[in-house]
Amino acid sequence: MDFDERLCRRDCRPGLAVTVDKRSIAEKAPRPERHVAVVVVGAGAAGVAAAIEAARAGVEVLLIDENPIDNDMMAMDVPLYFGQRMQPSVRNRALMMERVVETNPALAEAHEAGVDVQLGTYVWGAFVNGPTVRELPGPMLGLADARRSWLVGYDRLIVAAGARDVAMGFPGWERAGAMGANGAVSLLTRYRALGSQRMVIVGSGDLGLRTAALALESGVAVAGIVEVANTVRGDEAIARSLAGRGVPLYIAHTIREARGRVGEIDSVVLVQVDESLKPVAGSEREIACDTVCLALGLAPNVELLHLVGARLAFDSALGGWIPELNDQMQTSVPTVFAAGDCTGVHDAMLADPEIARTQGRLAGIAAAQSLGAATPPKIPLPHRGRGQGEGAVHTHWQTWLQSLINAGGLDVNICQCEEVTRRELVDVRPPRYLKWESPQMEARSLDTMLRDGPVNQDQIKRLTRAGMGPCQSRRCREQVGLLLAQAAATSIDRIPLPSFRPPIRPLPMNVLWPTDEPAAMREDWVSWFGIPTQFSPHWEAGMAIAEPTAQTRLILSDE
Amino acid sequence: MEQRKGAAVVIIGGGVTGLSAGWWLARSGVDVLVLEKNIVGWEASGRNGGGATHVYSPFGLEEQRLWPLMDELLGYPTEHQPYRIGVALSEAQLALARRWAEIGETRGFKWELLDRRQLKELVPIVGDNAIGGTYLHFGGHANPQRTVQAYAWALQDHGGRILQHTTVTGLTTRGGRVTAVETTQGTFGADTVIIAAGPQTGLFADMLGVFLPLAPARVEMIATEPLPLMRHGGVAGNGLYGRQTLRGNLVYGGGPHEWINVPDMATPDHPNTPLVRNLARRLAELLPGAAHLRVIRAWGGVAENTPDGLPVIDRLSSPDNVILATMSSVGFGLSPAAGKGISELVMHGRCLFADLSALALSRFADTPPDWRERAGWISTSASVAETAARGSR
Repeated sequence: MDFDERLCRRDCRPGLAVTVDKRSIAEKAPRPERHVAVVVVGAGAAGVAAAIEAARAGVEVLLIDENPIDNDMMAMDVPLYFGQRMQPSVRNRALMMERVVETNPALAEAHEAGVDVQLGTYVWGAFVNGPTVRELPGPMLGLADARRSWLVGYDRLIVAAGARDVAMGFPGWERAGAMGANGAVSLLTRYRALGSQRMVIVGSGDLGLRTAALALESGVAVAGIVEVANTVRGDEAIARSLAGRGVPLYIAHTIREARGRVGEIDSVVLVQVDESLKPVAGSEREIACDTVCLALGLAPNVELLHLVGARLAFDSALGGWIPELNDQMQTSVPTVFAAGDCTGVHDAMLADPEIARTQGRLAGIAAAQSLGAATPPKIPLPHRGRGQGEGAVHTHWQTWLQSLINAGGLDVNICQCEEVTRRELVDVRPPRYLKWESPQMEARSLDTMLRDGPVNQDQIKRLTRAGMGPCQSRRCREQVGLLLAQAAATSIDRIPLPSFRPPIRPLPMNVLWPTDEPAAMREDWVSWFGIPTQFSPHWEAGMAIAEPTAQTRLILSDE
Repeated sequence: MEQRKGAAVVIIGGGVTGLSAGWWLARSGVDVLVLEKNIVGWEASGRNGGGATHVYSPFGLEEQRLWPLMDELLGYPTEHQPYRIGVALSEAQLALARRWAEIGETRGFKWELLDRRQLKELVPIVGDNAIGGTYLHFGGHANPQRTVQAYAWALQDHGGRILQHTTVTGLTTRGGRVTAVETTQGTFGADTVIIAAGPQTGLFADMLGVFLPLAPARVEMIATEPLPLMRHGGVAGNGLYGRQTLRGNLVYGGGPHEWINVPDMATPDHPNTPLVRNLARRLAELLPGAAHLRVIRAWGGVAENTPDGLPVIDRLSSPDNVILATMSSVGFGLSPAAGKGISELVMHGRCLFADLSALALSRFADTPPDWRERAGWISTSASVAETAARGSR
């Protein structure tokens, strides 16, 4: 029989024959096209500081940032909730590259320090060996730009991936102009390309107040700040200053709907809520605006940390799932460090970028030290602030969600990509396009599923499709979790972290595909295992199906 | 250990094979209990290509007969769609596609050979690199995630029970029979036990002193954003299996697997690797008109294989009330028929609609214990490390 028997070429007993299954990944795993001692993901305050410290300690550093993000990606609300409020200038890559560099002076400092800075580069995956992946030559990241993807190996990874807006639906939130505060801030500060004239800001925490102040400074009118709670949640001084500049504050209000021409927001209808979060009859107020900016709070970007296997823990005050870290900003995976908003966001960090910067410096120094670089002076660990507003932010988010449900109902999309409503989610309906009706299905719901086990967001996702669209659940992940927790009468921290899978940026096939595929990958490729007898007709011994390249040896008996 | 209410038939494993068997038993009035360590269909049963075209199998004819009926029989949607189209980019690929078709023809099914123009009419996103294809008027595909849940719910509707988050830890044997199944949630008495535990099926066989050669491997798939529905979603070729879903996503897998070890009852990790790039390339070659589509997700799963890649569906002689059921990595599509066959094995002592002798465990009676190493069905990195460790002792 024809099978491949080679001599073992590694450090084992000489002469020992090792049979290799040519259909398997053995000896075909990709080599990264480049290897760098330290890779830093994210060139915000934390990431740049980390890169500079590591480089100053004498280590080779690659700093990657996806800004400027291409228009098509922005249009999908990836990675931030941009809400179609980009000015057409974001299509001008050269201009946006200029602005991204010019608005982040620390990048020049990093360059001076010897950091290799790569902008406009997406990080779409992280790959490490583990119990069921043993063939990789080492840990590596998947990178891509608008044209191609490639792999970069690393000794140490520092994740400074920032945070993402938590969104919540209301009637009309599918229209252009519903967006997130971090998305608005990014367009205002990095790109100077926010296409809003007049915005209503939802949420009066520090995030909302600071976004309002920034908008005013940038010449965007702020038609109001809406807060479901009975008081302003954020910094009183900023709130007073905003009031002094004529920004109305709508306390104990929620959103009833956004209205406008087809696909656009021309106004938003607010309604006052009572102590039980029910709308107060006759209290509706329509406010002209082109943008509804959701500043409810931020969720740390932990996708990469999850992919490398770093342990995450739930801390509501800091935005939800965050990496477990030691005082060196090191995760449970010794080669991976984290810094900045992705390690947990609190209000003090919004006020003072020095906190993220200090975290970054710590991570950069620790990463360099772990590679044997000289020991620099110790930096005190910045203390963690009180959180996003008072107490657990998820309780506040639940208040918002309840008020929005009371004002807008259950027949509102919770997942825009897949057009799944809140009602369809809690009823665990199959998607509408199946047009499925049966008494058995009618009898099933989240309640009946709870008899079989605790609520699991991934399971509900598979059945309803909420979270399965091109935005990769960035707009719905938290609100789906919150609604499921509410409907299941459990707390959100008891729902297991919904999974993240690569690519964590939606990339076209003709960008993601490798141009450096090894010959063996093509020659030995089969659709399934390449076992000749696997698909052979049971009634005809000689008619084995074999894919064109299959030449597998079968071991059925001891010959 | 707490004694819990057992069942006439206790099924270890809430994957597609165990659930289908349990459903067929429950609808025949048999008292069944399914024990699942996690959530039903959480592993390879719910993460696969969804293909339902296995006419070569002893279960093949029944598979083809049952699938169009499954939505109605279960009362829940499976998203089953009939027909398959094979796309060939080379003469070798066309020959392979034809052989699949011709096997169907020998069983009485119709098919057509397509030239490039005919292929493009059916599948507008194929490119000029396609030389032709096959149009099978049989076979099909379904949604694995929806189908496993449908089996589970339908099983319950017929009075069967499912315990999720319940890991089986042992089997109580008395008088040549397994009398109870020990779990993390207590002990359950059983008259008959079906072991359909995927990659862990072999570990249970070990507990009973029976050698079931199984090699688990990790495999990967990718999913794109949706595109408008094609006339038939069951389009595959170029070394890929998969389909366009009824939502419009292209969902495809294929290429090299990684042999792994599953040493205990814990759910094995199934991460993705950079292979997702190679999958994207193969898919863009297969369907160049969709090369601009974005890959929005990838996933992995663990599938187990016997040495000849064929199922083991067999009642043990000792203990004589245990049925082993592994579909050897090809379980989803065949599940309606395989579950029915297993249920008949329980109720009638044999499968009434097919001869399962080719799936007997006895064919591995002489398989050497180191068969995986000999076949190379191991991680070479692992084998080197383990060999080195052995050598140092």
